Amino acid sequence: MPATPVQAPDRPAPQPGGPGPAAGGPKDSPRRRAARRRRLIALLFLLPALLLLGALVAYPILFTVGRSLFDASGTRFVGAENYTEMFRDPATLKAIRNTTVWVVVAPLLLTGLGLILAVLTEKIRWATAFKLVLFMPMAISFLAAGIIFRVVYEQDPDRGVLNAVAVGVHDSFDESASYPTARPKDATVLAKGKGGAYTTKDKAAPGNTVNLGLVGVPPKDLPKDAEPARAASKATAGGAELRGVVWVDFTLGGGGKPGQVDPKEKGLPQLAVEAVDADGKAVAETTTAADGSYRFEGLSAGDYAVRLPAKNFAEPYGGVEWLGPTLITPAIIGAYLWIWTGFALVLIGAGLSAMPRDVIEAAKIDGANEWQIFRRITVPLLAPVLGVVFVTQVINVMKVFDLVYIIAPGPVQQDANVLALQMWLVSFGGGNNQGLGSALGVLLLLLVVPAMILNIRRFRRSNS
Amino acid sequence: MSSTRTRRRTATATAAALGLALTATACGGSDDSSGSGSQELKGQTVTVAGVWTGTEQKNFKKVLDAFSEKTGATTKFISTGDNVSTVVGSKIEGGNAPDVVMVPQPGVLKQFAGKGWLQPLSAKVRDTAESNFAPVWQDYGTIGDKYYGLYFKASNKSTVWYSPDALSQAGVQPPKSWDAMLKAGRTVSDSGLPAFSVAGEDGWTLTDWFENIYLSQAGPENYDKLAAHKIAWTDPSVVKALTTLSELFEDKKLVAGGGKGALRTTFPESVEQVFGDDPKAGMVYEGDFVGATISGDLKKKVGEDAKFFPFPAVADGKPPVVGGGDAATVLKSGKHRKAGMKLVEFLATPEAAEIWAGAGGFLSPNKSVKPEAYQDDVTRKTADSLIKAGNAVRFDMSDQAPAAFGGTAGTGEWKLLQDFLRDPSDPKGTARKLEAAAAKAYKD
Repeated sequence: MPATPVQAPDRPAPQPGGPGPAAGGPKDSPRRRAARRRRLIALLFLLPALLLLGALVAYPILFTVGRSLFDASGTRFVGAENYTEMFRDPATLKAIRNTTVWVVVAPLLLTGLGLILAVLTEKIRWATAFKLVLFMPMAISFLAAGIIFRVVYEQDPDRGVLNAVAVGVHDSFDESASYPTARPKDATVLAKGKGGAYTTKDKAAPGNTVNLGLVGVPPKDLPKDAEPARAASKATAGGAELRGVVWVDFTLGGGGKPGQVDPKEKGLPQLAVEAVDADGKAVAETTTAADGSYRFEGLSAGDYAVRLPAKNFAEPYGGVEWLGPTLITPAIIGAYLWIWTGFALVLIGAGLSAMPRDVIEAAKIDGANEWQIFRRITVPLLAPVLGVVFVTQVINVMKVFDLVYIIAPGPVQQDANVLALQMWLVSFGGGNNQGLGSALGVLLLLLVVPAMILNIRRFRRSNS
Repeated sequence: MSSTRTRRRTATATAAALGLALTATACGGSDDSSGSGSQELKGQTVTVAGVWTGTEQKNFKKVLDAFSEKTGATTKFISTGDNVSTVVGSKIEGGNAPDVVMVPQPGVLKQFAGKGWLQPLSAKVRDTAESNFAPVWQDYGTIGDKYYGLYFKASNKSTVWYSPDALSQAGVQPPKSWDAMLKAGRTVSDSGLPAFSVAGEDGWTLTDWFENIYLSQAGPENYDKLAAHKIAWTDPSVVKALTTLSELFEDKKLVAGGGKGALRTTFPESVEQVFGDDPKAGMVYEGDFVGATISGDLKKKVGEDAKFFPFPAVADGKPPVVGGGDAATVLKSGKHRKAGMKLVEFLATPEAAEIWAGAGGFLSPNKSVKPEAYQDDVTRKTADSLIKAGNAVRFDMSDQAPAAFGGTAGTGEWKLLQDFLRDPSDPKGTARKLEAAAAKAYKD
């Protein structure tokens, strides 16, 4: 909505130029009549445009300003209350904050990215094809782009491309644990230590059996060769041997007793187990067999605790939380960049090709390197184009709505909120307070006006 | 409100679709009444507007056909889609008002009555309703002291759905109390399967969790007061209910994926997590329409692959029954409103309800409807718990609240309960924020 009204000032501007200056003196009546007739004809031609502008731009602006002074029902005059309410509401403040982030970050990134890409594509052979590919997202509606990126950013690596990559890269460096969900039923035998390892509370000397029960292991996580642990749990330990089983302390279907190795309960194979001496140092390490049994042999006399190191239980890496409250705004800005980079690239590229070559040639002859040419010649000469891209994007970014609305999931919508979205939410999205919504609209209009004025000035300058 | 409505509606629609598929030949048991009609309304056309589409619309038409047969009136059904008030409003202004409107929410009924669109129902409807319905249904149909809405179709939002496999693997029985449910949940999680799938991405499921706990723990009187915002959300009873809810939310063993995972789960996904091919949880709470998702989208058999138990009682309270429904109203500006009133009179009878009950995807608050009329056991059981709750049934609180508080994604109750799911450590603070949001929404 705010985008349309703000174009108002630049159109009526040329009107005064319509009727030519009445050159003749006031006594020259046929001339004066002609001038008047000309003015009338001009007015007649302008009338449709003026009517349209009035009905579609001026009237809505005035109405919105008026509406913003009334309450939700539209019947009670509340003065500036909506405006004070606006700045008291944490949701609106958040929206203002986010819009600021958008305005500061997005146009700058976009202009920079466009400039770099434009300069680089100048040098490559398939520049047109490259530009075409980058420009393609412009052909996609914001709605579709939003849906695409909603999926791209999805947390589940099976669905979200970005997280599939993140998890893939992470896992190729770091093997995931075998039993991420396993845990002791309670803290009677095993205590959870720092970093997620479990250590027995009581210490045992060699010659003892220490059986450790864990629960929460999905049957499908258990290797197929896992065997019942009961037999191994009863084996007696030799003199210098500390042994026992690590088993799933849960009988499927019920009936098992906690803390007891019941007949059907299976051992947990391939689990790392450590013997820890009095100083807390691991002196021996082994892994469990198919029936969950482990043995430490040749331990010197003394008391040992048995530790199940954290690497057994590390939660699988879930990827980056793109759609979480902290990353949501950068994530949406990323999607925005994807759409608009092509636009910036093409515009800046056009400016680049129109640039006088001889200056660059001269610089080259004088011995300037690429970086110097870029900094001292290309950027200054491109400044008008860069300015247009930047200002257009500032205006564009202020009214960003659809991407935020689509990409941000319900629970984090407020964390991603921007002014245009807040305006819609307040007036139509359940709040039904069109008074407050109008006030937000007016605020948005006021914020866009400076950028608009800047743009118009620039147009004027380039026209004259 | 509308997004809630859409989702639930799609769910029920699919349920009805399946129901129809199952009983393709069972066209209701009303054939015996044919021929006995007096044809007194011959030549009149009753126009009915409602939110139903697809199979629901088809099944409702069967009810209308029975009415035509009885009275000789012709009937016409207009589907309004989700936005009843806008469509009906424009039809009234255009001088083309329907005679009967099936209003989907108490808030909308209030709005209609407030605008003076509705005609109070006749004494005959009131009498039939009095003998066939628990008084609470009339109360929800009464605005001021006038009886405007007859609740024809109901829903039951106090059903906890579980996978029988998951429970039998853990060796637990469907629990009868909140504490037993959490205990059973912990056992299920010990067996290696997280206990509950919570659809935190859809705020409305969280409000339903809260409402069931509150209704059972604080009792129907407090529930009514809170729904009307006559007591504040900072009331100790609210804090207590939130604390009870936090017992579930804060336990990572009970909620699949923990709070963060739950916040990424939508309602259809939560059902799929329990009843899909790769189960990620053992139980899911939501209303009777879960059955529709199970049988429609997941192609699983309700009653075999999926069962439910009534939402258990919290502490010393009674088991809660939170419901909802569509109310038949008569518009003042309808051209054939007298015939429309006759239709509402017909809808109040068990005969009308049994027609749709036979077609499936339907619960009737009418206690004279014969249990045999329902086409399957699960529906019969949900209907039974709705009828048995009698006067203790309460409507969804968030549906009664202003939309800004109880029905908008990203703000109000939805958002605050989502925050609470993320971090359930401060029930008091959440209550304070809820009160602040409610105070703002209820003031106008």
